[in-house]
Amino acid sequence: MTNSWIVIRTQKSLLSMRIDRRVPWVLLALIIMTLMIMVISIGYGEYPISPLNVIKTILGLSTNNPDYNFVIHTLRLPRVITAFLVGTALAIAGTIMQGLTRNPLAAPEIIGVEAGAGLFAVTIIVLFPSVPVFFLPIAAFTGAFIAAALVYLLAWANGSSPIRLILVGIGVGAIASAFTSVMITFGEISDVSQALVWLAGSVYGRTWEHVQALLPWLILFIPASLLLARELNTLNLGDEIARGLGSRVEWQRGLLLITCVALSGASVAAVGTIGFVGLMAPHLARQLVGNAHEGLVPTSALVGGLIVSFSDLLGRSLFAPIELPCGVVTAAVGAPYFLYLLYRNRNA
Amino acid sequence: MAIITPINSDFTHSEPALTTRKLTLAYDQAIVLNELDLAIPSGKITALVGSNGCGKSTLLRGLARLLKPIKGTVYLDSASIFKLSTKEVAKRLGMLPQSPVAPEGLTVRELVAQGRYPHQGWLQQWSEEDENFTKQALAITNMTELAERPLDSLSGGQRQRAWIAMALAQNTAILLLDEPTTFLDLAYQIEILDLLYDLNQVEGRTIIMVLHDLNQACRYADFVIALRQGQIVAQGIPADVMTEGTVREVFGLESRIVKDPVAGTPMCIPISRRSHPLTSNH
Amino acid sequence: MNTSQSYLQQQLPSKRSHSFRLLGLIVGILLLVVCSLISLTLGAADISPDVVWRALFAFDGSTNHLIITTVRLPRVLIASAVGAALAVAGSLMQGLTRNALADPGILGISAGAALAVVVSTFFWGSLSVQSYTWIAFAGGTIAAIVVYTLGSVGRNGMTPLKLILAGAVLSYLMSALTTGILILSQRTLDEIRFWLAGSVAGRDLDSLVQVLPYIVVGLIIAFSLSKQITALTLGEDVAKGLGLQIGWVKAIAAVAVVLLAGSAVSLAGPIGFIGLVVPHIVRFWVGVDYRWLLPYAAIWGAMLLSLADLAARLVIKPQELPVGIMTALVGAPFFIYLARRKIKS
Repeated sequence: MTNSWIVIRTQKSLLSMRIDRRVPWVLLALIIMTLMIMVISIGYGEYPISPLNVIKTILGLSTNNPDYNFVIHTLRLPRVITAFLVGTALAIAGTIMQGLTRNPLAAPEIIGVEAGAGLFAVTIIVLFPSVPVFFLPIAAFTGAFIAAALVYLLAWANGSSPIRLILVGIGVGAIASAFTSVMITFGEISDVSQALVWLAGSVYGRTWEHVQALLPWLILFIPASLLLARELNTLNLGDEIARGLGSRVEWQRGLLLITCVALSGASVAAVGTIGFVGLMAPHLARQLVGNAHEGLVPTSALVGGLIVSFSDLLGRSLFAPIELPCGVVTAAVGAPYFLYLLYRNRNA
Repeated sequence: MAIITPINSDFTHSEPALTTRKLTLAYDQAIVLNELDLAIPSGKITALVGSNGCGKSTLLRGLARLLKPIKGTVYLDSASIFKLSTKEVAKRLGMLPQSPVAPEGLTVRELVAQGRYPHQGWLQQWSEEDENFTKQALAITNMTELAERPLDSLSGGQRQRAWIAMALAQNTAILLLDEPTTFLDLAYQIEILDLLYDLNQVEGRTIIMVLHDLNQACRYADFVIALRQGQIVAQGIPADVMTEGTVREVFGLESRIVKDPVAGTPMCIPISRRSHPLTSNH
Repeated sequence: MNTSQSYLQQQLPSKRSHSFRLLGLIVGILLLVVCSLISLTLGAADISPDVVWRALFAFDGSTNHLIITTVRLPRVLIASAVGAALAVAGSLMQGLTRNALADPGILGISAGAALAVVVSTFFWGSLSVQSYTWIAFAGGTIAAIVVYTLGSVGRNGMTPLKLILAGAVLSYLMSALTTGILILSQRTLDEIRFWLAGSVAGRDLDSLVQVLPYIVVGLIIAFSLSKQITALTLGEDVAKGLGLQIGWVKAIAAVAVVLLAGSAVSLAGPIGFIGLVVPHIVRFWVGVDYRWLLPYAAIWGAMLLSLADLAARLVIKPQELPVGIMTALVGAPFFIYLARRKIKS
């Protein structure tokens, strides 16, 4: 029975769980790769620092250059950590969305959640350029929630249906984009430029404040997503089966949607719209550890973190000194991948 | 097909497994079944038959609490099915819809393990009991060999067996199936029905299924319910229900009922324009 | 084709008599003329209808006459041409894909054309309308091929969901890349942002004259295929059974779609939802027969875009909205309505 699963049970059978055999190794490998990318990313820049010194500085060991401390702790570390956290959040949101809609091609950016966040943030940037920066995440967050609520309500007809969720989401996204276009067309050209950078998704200049703003959401909702992973397995078999198995389908779907919107909203709020991570990460993770969401959710999260960390490094180094927003990098890589997925899923 | 050895709890009861009182079911306000009173015998195989759109699948969905009635209710052991928690119901009643679709790449074992969902909690996610029932369900349906294969790589018959295995792992006294043999080759149809028959005979599970084929319904079912436009036309043992009159009323078809040369159950032979033995040899 | 004709005639609802259809066509044309005339009189300076009349038929070179002939008339004509092109392209796409939600915007064809134009503006600066048009054709063609291939491969053929997802993602990619380019070059941004939202303003008659031949060719191809498209809407297998060479029909119809949508984009930027909404409106008058549906769509498309342009100029007077935003704000809710009604889970 256990040839593909690792089963964990306590002696008095209070607690039991199973997980795909591959999961622990995959997670370990992903963590090591992510740490390596982070170290390289921290060392890279106008002021290069060797990997060894990066590690020493972070661990608080003495190096012979006092500048390292400032460069790493104040300038580069928060940025790298933000990139990683945002990647994990987006990947989990994508995993949830794909499980919920039973469609491997659905992602928060396709169904209007990010467009809603984008609209609110761009509106703030263009109409109220003097509003302090910390207000931006709140606006983005509100936008994401309003868009998601609209999609859910409009897709409701005797219960929610995955296909309607996707199509209505595309429609709501189009409306939000239209309003965003109004802002882009009529704003001051300098404000518009700033809004576009934000829209493209960049971790440039992120500080510990951003990390602090992001962290509470992740601490609350990442564990929630792990707890709800089991429900995703059931929902994945279709509403009829899930209901037959005794799952409270609408309730679970509601909880999962809230988790999904909270995670993607928080990350859009922190760094703008970084596309295709929520789409790519779950697929790569599925190939690594299979379909069971208990293992898929954490794997996908780490894959997402790795993708965004790496994209940020690429965006900084490809056309240096010009810095490409990492959202553009993920889109450039992610869209062809998506088209490949669409092709591979042709029989779905 | 593996021979079933009863490890499970004894499912046999004497009371009806499911009863409905004034059950009224509708889709978008269009009433499909109106004030239906019905008692489904326990420990027996019951077949719902009727022409397309007569409401037999709707009735099945209603019995499985997948469709909320606008009036009346379904009783499971004298408790209204809508008053019980949905997990509680899922421990006693399993439902397999018509041609379900699994996500891409899902293995048979993962699917069957899903059947244990109602028996699990946040802490108990994979008990030994879960493991045993999954193993047993795979064995009964002869799927152990294929357990690691993804569902989308299997033949239609194997896939249907995997879904039935999932419903078995749920370990319910009552099993509802909506046309379990549609889109299957004839040999697989018989294989699936034989499997269900064994489950009923050896373990005493109550099986309620919608069947398209009248003759298969007569051969396998202990109890047949014939529906027409949301009304019960006839119910009882196949020999009583399957008359030329019932077939005419339910399907609008002239027929002759003969004895199935293999099973001895009633068999319906339709009468058509091309039915005269004299003209057929010209 | 004899069998197919009689079959189709059986399919068509009889209550839609010729006179009923003719009436609808005349109503459409009248509305179009009225819209255009109102459009000519309204603007930053309101010009009375008789001045408009004289500007058109007894031009005297005064400022008002100049405004009419060089600013407003081109705009009205371009709106009509673009509206007609988009509506016919949308009708063709809905017929070809048997998908009630198809539209050049939703399926990414406009986005493909727009990206191509943005990229070329980035590299070579402002270009002539003629070269815009060809670049837009190229971009639109590539997008159409990608979306269509991806939407139709697979065991169960083309499903509305697959097609629309392919279009949505392609559009998303295009806009991400467009954003990337615009970040790198503020010059491109300033030159192109109004066009990018979809607008029929600020183009002269000359641009229209240069693009018009492509639109006309596209319309002619579309109209001459109308019988075949009607047969195709019954399903590919049925159409094949009726003796249609569906490969050819689809390829030629796709050429018409790209010509029409590409021309529209090069003239006015990506304007969405006209191609989605118009076929549904005109189906009310004419049912499913494409011989009637296409001319209707052309007229009503022209009329609706003129109307949208009029509204776009009036809502925030003296500023004006790009008309593409106007159509999206009206069209996207319609899309949601259709998705709710036409797509069963």
